[in-house]
Parts: sequence; C-alpha cells; structure tokens
Amino acid sequence: MSDFLKISGLHASIETDGGAKEILRGVDMTIPAGELHVVMGPNGCGKSTLAYALAGREDYEITSGSVAFKGKDLLELEPDERAAAGIFLAFQAPVELPGVNNANFLRTAVNAVRRARGEPEMDAVAFLKAVRAATKSLSMSDEMLKRNVNVGFSGGEKKRNEVLQMTLLQPSFAVLDETDSGLDVDALRIVADGVNRLRGPEFSALVITHHKRLLDYLSPDRIHVMANGRIVHSGGPELAEKIDQEGYAAFLADAA
Amino acid sequence: MPAVTETREQIEKLGQSSYKWGFETDIEMDIAPKGLNEDTIRLISARKEEPEWLLEWRLAAFRAWLSMKEPQWAKVAYPPIDYQDVHYYAAPKKQPGPKSLDEVDPELLKTYAKLGIPLHEQAILAGVEPEEGAEERLPVAVDAVFDSVSVATTFRETLSKAGVIFCPISEAVRDYPDLVRQYLGSVVPAGDNFFAALNSAVFTDGSFVFVPKGVRCPMELSTYFRINARNTGQFERTLIIVEDGASVSYLEGCTAPMRDENQLHAAVVELVAMQDASIKYSTVQNWYPGDENGKGGIYNFVTKRGACRGARSRISWTQVETGSAITWKYPSCILQGEGSVGEFYSVAVTNNHQQADTGTKMIHLGRNTRSTIIAKTISAGKSDSTYRGLVRMMPKASGARNFTQCDSLLIGDQCGAHTVPYIENRNMSARVEHEATTSRISEDQLFYCRSRGLSEEDAVGLIVNGFCREVLKELPMEFAVEAQKLLQISLEGSVG
Ligand SMILES: Nc1ncnc2c1ncn2[C@@H]1O[C@H](COP(=O)(O)OP(=O)(O)O)[C@@H](O)[C@H]1O
Ligand SMILES: [Mg+2]
Repeated sequence: MSDFLKISGLHASIETDGGAKEILRGVDMTIPAGELHVVMGPNGCGKSTLAYALAGREDYEITSGSVAFKGKDLLELEPDERAAAGIFLAFQAPVELPGVNNANFLRTAVNAVRRARGEPEMDAVAFLKAVRAATKSLSMSDEMLKRNVNVGFSGGEKKRNEVLQMTLLQPSFAVLDETDSGLDVDALRIVADGVNRLRGPEFSALVITHHKRLLDYLSPDRIHVMANGRIVHSGGPELAEKIDQEGYAAFLADAA
Repeated sequence: MPAVTETREQIEKLGQSSYKWGFETDIEMDIAPKGLNEDTIRLISARKEEPEWLLEWRLAAFRAWLSMKEPQWAKVAYPPIDYQDVHYYAAPKKQPGPKSLDEVDPELLKTYAKLGIPLHEQAILAGVEPEEGAEERLPVAVDAVFDSVSVATTFRETLSKAGVIFCPISEAVRDYPDLVRQYLGSVVPAGDNFFAALNSAVFTDGSFVFVPKGVRCPMELSTYFRINARNTGQFERTLIIVEDGASVSYLEGCTAPMRDENQLHAAVVELVAMQDASIKYSTVQNWYPGDENGKGGIYNFVTKRGACRGARSRISWTQVETGSAITWKYPSCILQGEGSVGEFYSVAVTNNHQQADTGTKMIHLGRNTRSTIIAKTISAGKSDSTYRGLVRMMPKASGARNFTQCDSLLIGDQCGAHTVPYIENRNMSARVEHEATTSRISEDQLFYCRSRGLSEEDAVGLIVNGFCREVLKELPMEFAVEAQKLLQISLEGSVG
C-alpha cells in the first residue's frame, strides 16, 4: 500500500515585488496513516508555507516536487477538492468574514464537503445537534455560533473555532498551524483533546508548534525540524525536549 | 437600436444562455405601431377606455416631455435612444376576463413556473388549497403584470374584506376615479423629469394600492413584472396610498426574457403615507443585464418617490438590483410630517459591462424627521457602479437626522465604484452623518472558505451575502432567499 501522505522534493515560491522568492527548498516528509507528526522550526523558515501548499493556496507556486495523498496527486486538486478529500488546515491566523454567520458558515462547509464525499447533507436539526455537541466538547459557548466568522473573536476563540470546524468537517489529515499559540493552559488542553478525539488508524496530522507543552498532550510519533525551507532533521518525541532546552541553533548550522 | 439578423440572434442566444430567465412566451399580442405622438397617446387612452381627464393629463405630460432633454448627469453611457422606434402599447389579445385561473393561458402559467415564483405562490395562483398540516405562512397576493396588462389578480377578496384595494391601475381608474385623480402625479408630478414625463404620457399599466385608515394590510402584496414583447417599452405606473395609522408591505420582483435589443423601461412609483402610516416597498430587480460583452439588456430609468405626508409616518425602500444593462434609479422620500422616517436599504450589483447609477434622496421638510441610508455596491467584471445620494435638510427641519453608510465591494481590478453624496443642510440643528468604505474580496477570505470545502462561486456568494447582510435582513423572508440566490448567480464567473 502506498503511503498515506508523502511529500517529495517540494519547492514553492511566492511572487514578490522583487521577483519570485523561493520559500520551500525541497521538503521531504512521509506521514503514515494514523500517525501524528510535528514540525518545529524558527520563525520564517517556511512552516506556514508548507501548510498552505498542502491546503492548496494559489499564490504559493509549486515549482517542483510532489505530494501524494492516499495515492492521489494532491497538487492537482483545488482547495475545496482537497477539503472534500479529507485535508484540513487550522490557520495560524484565521480569517474574518464580516456579515457571515458562523453557524451558517459551518453548515455550508459541512454540507459542501458531505456532498462532495457522496454523503447526505445534514438538515438544520441534525446540524444543530452535531454543532452543539462539538461546541460543548470544546467548552465553547453557543453564542459563538451566532457571531460572524472570526469577527471580534479573541485569539483563543479564533483557535477554538478552527478546532470546531475541524471537528465537524471530520478530516483524515489535519494540519494545525500554531493552533496552540496564545492559548492558556486550559484552552491548550481542550484543543489537544479536540485533536485526540479524531485520532485513529485512518487519521493523521501534522502539527506545527513552538511549544513542547502541546506535545505533552498529543504524544506525537515523529518530530521534524525545519530550517531554511527544508526538513533538516527528524527524530522521535524526545527531539521536542531537546529543542525546548537548546533551541534551534544546532540545526541551523546544519541547514546553512 | 439596430435591426438584428437571424444569425446574430442565434449566436447571441448561445452566449446568453447563462441568463437563466431568458425566454419568451408565445402569446398572441395586440401591439400599437412603433412611434410616439399624440395619436399614440390617444390610442392608449382609448384602448384603456379612460376618462377624458386622464387623456388630457397624458397629453399635458407629453407636451412637457417634448420640451425636455434626456438627463446627462448620471455616470452611465449608452447609445442615443430612438423614442420613435419603440412600441408604446402591447397587450395580450383581449379575451373575456378569466373567471378562474384555469382560463388563464397555460403559457402564462408556464411563465410563472420558469420565473421561479415560489411554489406556494403558484399554488395560490392556481387556487390550490394548502394541504392540511402544511406550514402556516403569510399569504402573498400576486398582481401579475404580464407585459402591459395585468392578467391575473389573486386574493382580491380577502383584501377587499379588510378594505384594501389592490388592483391594476387601469382598473382603479375605472372603479376608483376620485382616488386616482386625487393622488396620481401628486408625488411625482407629470413633468418631474424626462423619464417621469414620458411615463406619464404613455403608462399602460401597473398597480394601485389603497389601505384605508387604521388597517394593517393582512398580507404582503407582490407584483411580478415581466417584459415580454420584443421592442416594447415598459411604462409601469404604481400608486400606493396608505391612510392614517395603516400599513402595507409591497414586494416588486422582476425578471425578463432574453433579447437582443436594448429595451427601455421607465417606471414611476408614487407612495403616499399619511399620519402614523407605514409603507415598506421591497424590490428585487433582475432584468436581463446584457451578455458578457455588454450587448443587449434592459435600460432601466425609474422614478420612485414616497411622500411621508403625515406625522410619524414611515416609508422604507429596500432594493436588490442585480439586473439591467443600465440602472438609473433613486427611490426617495419627502419627509414632510413631523417625526416622519425615511429609510433606504440598497444592494446594487454590477458585473460584465453593466452600469448602475443609483441612490436615494431624503428631503427633510418637517421637524425631527429622520432618515437612514444603507447602500451596498458590488462591482465585478468591467462594470461601473455609482452611489448618488442627496440629503437635504430644509430650514424648518429642526432636529432632523440622517445617517448614511455607503460600502463598496470590488471584485477584480477592472471595475469601478463611486460614491457621490450631496449634502445640503439649511438648518443649524439638523445633523447629517456619512460613512463610506471600499473593500475588495481578499484572497485570504476566498482561500479560507475554499479550504473549508466551498467552491469559488459559493465562497464569493457567501462573502457577498455577508457584505449585504444589513440590507438583506430588511427584506421579507420570501424575498431574502431569492435575493441571496440572485446575488450569487449575477456574480457567476466574476472571479478566477
Ligand atoms: N505573501 C508573502 N509575500 C512575501 N513573503 C512571504 C509571503 N509569505 C511568506 N513569506 C516569507 O516566506 C518566509 C516563510 O514564511 P512562513 O511560511 O510564514 O514562515 P513560518 O510559518 O515558518 O514562520 C518568510 O520569510 C516570510 O516573510
Ligand atoms: Mg507560520
């Protein structure tokens, strides 16, 4: 059987005023089904770019390399097709949608994905039940559903809202981009529980973080260190401990 | 307006097939020859068996029109209109009036179906009793204007029990001549402007509503306008009078068949609200906007004005404008009664080569009058949209207030949006507030939605509907749903 997610030699650049700027310079990574992997690395090394590339953001141009997801060429798919295929990205900076009711947004998304997956759409009642259960499990108040998507949400509320979306969309591969940043200890625990509830043999995740703390709740399978647009080192969970104590200096030397 | 060859027509049909409501109904027509002169007006008046005073009124309007010039100040451009190249009267061939809807031409009922008139309204039109246990809904009375003559009117009885008159204006001329004579032209005088004068001279039909003292109209009144005959100018005339303490909600919805030549439409709507009366006038306008290259489409030059005559009266205009090649439209309120309230909630969408110059006028005459203007403009493609608003505080309008908010949303980089607020304040104690924003649908927003499984079009629809929410929530439920779909349809293909 082919690997669940396989990233090979991925190069990505972005168009800037000063011409194309290469950000990913050959990322290689394989994530088997059921595993939770972690990417750590200094600010600006390309972690979010990798997340966007996996979710299909158009302004990041893939110049070479490939991403296979469950045997399919992921890079061929539009962002919404990737969502339907089971990819989910929890944004580092969730986007505000003025005037768009959060519950309505969630239901539109859930039903779009269900349609694409050949599942029946959820009617208003079934959806309400599902969303209430999900908010409860994330200790979110239902009042958040009535507000406009991410508008006026605190940093922590935005992150929780991402996890709420993830819970309802039931992805088979989730990328969490610094979802733990700016969360207090309790919130961190709630978010981690949200991820853990999805875990199983058919679910994998890529967690981008700076903090070992989140990993204490997640028990990851593998840690990758990114520097300068490449994975420069990979290891077991103990690597997080080392980075926590020594920083990235040792790896940066490797990358230069 | 050039003649159109068979081949070109075919090709255009292909290009225009994305216009969902483009179709023409095959019903025998009674059409006046092209051209406009006193004889045309006499013919219209005779066909409608009108009284002498109305013919004279029309002729006076026509003479005024002859001396007027087409307005040029709006930010719209179009080839000169040949007013002699238009049919001013078209009516389905006279049959004895239908006793029941079974007698209505099935073609017409098919037209309603294609128009997407909500099922329950079709059932009402077809006289079907609601199923037992079916969801209770506020009934909607539909006065269908099919080309120039109203063919079917429903719910007349319930309304008449409440004392409400809702009928084609030509019938009102016959049955309630005193009311019509008293109010016709009292808000929009026959010589008010070029297009209003033209309408006054040649209007063929439209709706008449009268709600007597203290009556809350028991249902929402709805008219579906259709433009059907090739080359027929449409000159609807609507007159709504609401007496002391009475209220009404009126819905106007429009779709038009596909056609090749620009079609002139110059309607006049007059509203009169007496003391403590309230009128809510909602429009969803979806006339054919022309093809992707800007060919064809309706020219929509409308004069809509409401007079808040009585103290504490209220007139509220809500409009969602997605159609027409050219829109020239400024629903206005004359706030005369002390403490009267005028509201204008508008969404104007332009795509491809559409041009819209729309807005409102709030004329504050009375003390403590208040007005609110919320105008949302969405431009996509190569279209151009202008909000043009006037707020005038007259010397006696002490304590008057206006709040105006104009928001523009641009999709793509080839379209334009302009905001032209005119403020004239002649009273020291009156206050006028104006806010304006311009934004674009950001890549971030689109990507965020798409990463949640929404197609690009659904994402745009969602963001646009969010942008318009403050206006859409003013629409009656039935209309709000239709309007949301329309917004999305009219922006199809505008991104990516
Ligand atoms: N839209 C953009 N325009 C220009 N530079 C960008 C853009 N997006 C990211 N970059 C640059 O690419 C590099 C990697 O960014 P990012 O992937 O966000 O890093 P990380 O998430 O690891 O902090 C940074 O130097 C950043 O400034
Ligand atoms: Mg980042």
